[in-house]
Amino acid sequence: MEFFWLSIAGLATIAVLSFLYNDNPLYKIAEHFFVGIAAGYVVCTQFYNVFLPNLWQPLTSGTDYWLIVPLLLGFSLFTRFTQSLGWVSRWPMSVIIGTYAGLAVTGFASGDMALQIHASLIPVFEPTAVTKFSTNPNVTNFLGIFDNPLFTIGLICVLFYFFFSIEHKGGYRHVALVGTTLLMIGFGAGYGYTVMTRIALLFDRFYFLFVDWLKVAS
Amino acid sequence: MGQSTLQKMEKMDRRWVFLAMAIAVAFPLFFKLGLAPKTTPPVRAFYDYIESLPEGSLVLCSMDYDPGSKAELNPMCLSVLDHLMQRKLRVVVITLWSTAPAMVEGNVNEVCRDKYGRLYGVDYAYLGLKEGREAVMVAMGKSLRRTFPSDFYGTTVDSLPIMNGVENYGQFDVLINVSAGYPGTKEYVQYVTSRFDIPLLSGASAVSVPEYSAYYQSGQLRGLLTGITGAAEYEALINVPGLAITAMDGQTMGHFVIIAFILFGNIVYFMTRRNRGRS
Amino acid sequence: MIVQFFIPHPVVNDIANRLQNWAIIVISFSYVLGSANILRINGELVYRRGSGWPYKLVLVAAFFLMVIPGLLFGIKEGSWANDRLFAYTYTPLASTMYASLAFFIASAAFRAFRIRTWQASVLAITALVVMLGRVPISHLIWDELPGIVDWIMNVPNTVAQRGILIGAALGAIATGLKVILGIERSYLGRD
Repeated sequence: MEFFWLSIAGLATIAVLSFLYNDNPLYKIAEHFFVGIAAGYVVCTQFYNVFLPNLWQPLTSGTDYWLIVPLLLGFSLFTRFTQSLGWVSRWPMSVIIGTYAGLAVTGFASGDMALQIHASLIPVFEPTAVTKFSTNPNVTNFLGIFDNPLFTIGLICVLFYFFFSIEHKGGYRHVALVGTTLLMIGFGAGYGYTVMTRIALLFDRFYFLFVDWLKVAS
Repeated sequence: MGQSTLQKMEKMDRRWVFLAMAIAVAFPLFFKLGLAPKTTPPVRAFYDYIESLPEGSLVLCSMDYDPGSKAELNPMCLSVLDHLMQRKLRVVVITLWSTAPAMVEGNVNEVCRDKYGRLYGVDYAYLGLKEGREAVMVAMGKSLRRTFPSDFYGTTVDSLPIMNGVENYGQFDVLINVSAGYPGTKEYVQYVTSRFDIPLLSGASAVSVPEYSAYYQSGQLRGLLTGITGAAEYEALINVPGLAITAMDGQTMGHFVIIAFILFGNIVYFMTRRNRGRS
Repeated sequence: MIVQFFIPHPVVNDIANRLQNWAIIVISFSYVLGSANILRINGELVYRRGSGWPYKLVLVAAFFLMVIPGLLFGIKEGSWANDRLFAYTYTPLASTMYASLAFFIASAAFRAFRIRTWQASVLAITALVVMLGRVPISHLIWDELPGIVDWIMNVPNTVAQRGILIGAALGAIATGLKVILGIERSYLGRD
């Protein structure tokens, strides 16, 4: 029985991989089946993990009668399916958007702005980096000399690149150029790590096919 | 190389590229290379932080990934739980991704219950999923009991001994987040670490690592597991080899193939351009 | 959400906490709304025998195949919906969908990654160095290579990401304030 279900999983994997050769009905069936299962699973998880413990049980046990409000708001979301009552769904949408807008303002301000700027409030040049290189001259220690200048001046150059109120001409162009170079390094690093993720996912699929299912490799 | 050969190479059917990639990544399954990675500083920091926690410390683990990212993050999840159990720490596990609950439950049972024989509700607990992303993260900072009134199995958290005295983040010694994207580490950094006083360790999909490096460098993250390679380094550190170390062979071959394709593609391009310029 | 920082009164905190918990519940309904919408659109296509209707029938059938046993018998470990259906259909399909991107990355690396400008060269060189440096045998290629990659990730990459984070944060704060003040109302849909 276990091999039967492993074979179902194996065939599902091959069905998706068949797209690499050509678009075909097997892939389309697998794709639509996947969407259907995902949509159904989401309904089940929301029911057991949110609706029952956070809404239904406290409401019906009398712990918190105010929960009638989110219950009504939640059901009113489904009025989106009707033309005449569709406007009602704007109320729960507004609750959601308002909550997240309020959270976002404080979250981005403290987490991404203030603390990140604070981490770059360091001396422009650190003499100990030069001492470290002179005592142990290697490539890494040589690059370490540029840490502080990059965190300070480099960051300003990157931020200047996104500042379009001044035309990037003359001296400003060179500042933006430094910013561009650093951004390209960041994107190159991002590309390298993206490749790492995708290959890891692919290896996992081959491991399943050849080791778990077909057992032709160990 | 003749112009027609170069043109043929430039316009090569991409299915040959797919085949080369498939052979390269599958090859190590049949002919093992046995490669193991060296530890990098962010992974070492992650490991050292957990090692520094005294026995019995309470840890909140948020496992936020789905089957699509299972390959990278499942080994991480298993290794983290294994390390926490090795150190005899108490663990409360949650998830914020709607397709994660079953997968995370399986991992928690596999490690905490089956491998280490720990007692549910005393040594570890699984509170399941709560939808709401950032709102859940902030709500847990006010009242974890109100956000998670019962565990994944429907038992009220009041009756779980591990949750005695636990109100919010303040009662946890560290927050560990295994994250595939949104919601995940970025949101925990923005809404939790900056607002509530709890250290954060992250295990992230490699795609997110460049962005999270900025958080690690600023100290908002105390440690960072960097994709499948980070997971392999961590498995080696805790001495529990798993799928991540096995994947290093395929990873190496895959990287070399991509590098070869980039170089080869550009060589063909420049030679074609030069030949066109001459003619 | 913002006022509670400036007025730390128990009443304000209680209202903020309630709103957060209510938002969790309403968002949960919105996920179900999404699933219901998928069912509605595809169900209509099947009923009207629209384009590709047999595939839409598969989608609708899969939806009920998960929902009915899932709601009746649960989705925990030990249930059929979890142990068989989710583990042996959804998990391999989801994993393979994302894994197939590796092939497209390889194809793009060969056919589209062209080093035409100096910016592209910087990007390509960094990508090549990072990919080489993140394999287990990197120290055999050059013993300084792992250290160089660590430096690239910790310094220039961090600087670039920090700039992007700060810029994005400014944009998010501005957008959030516009939504709160009612200047931005696109989320309400067309009037």
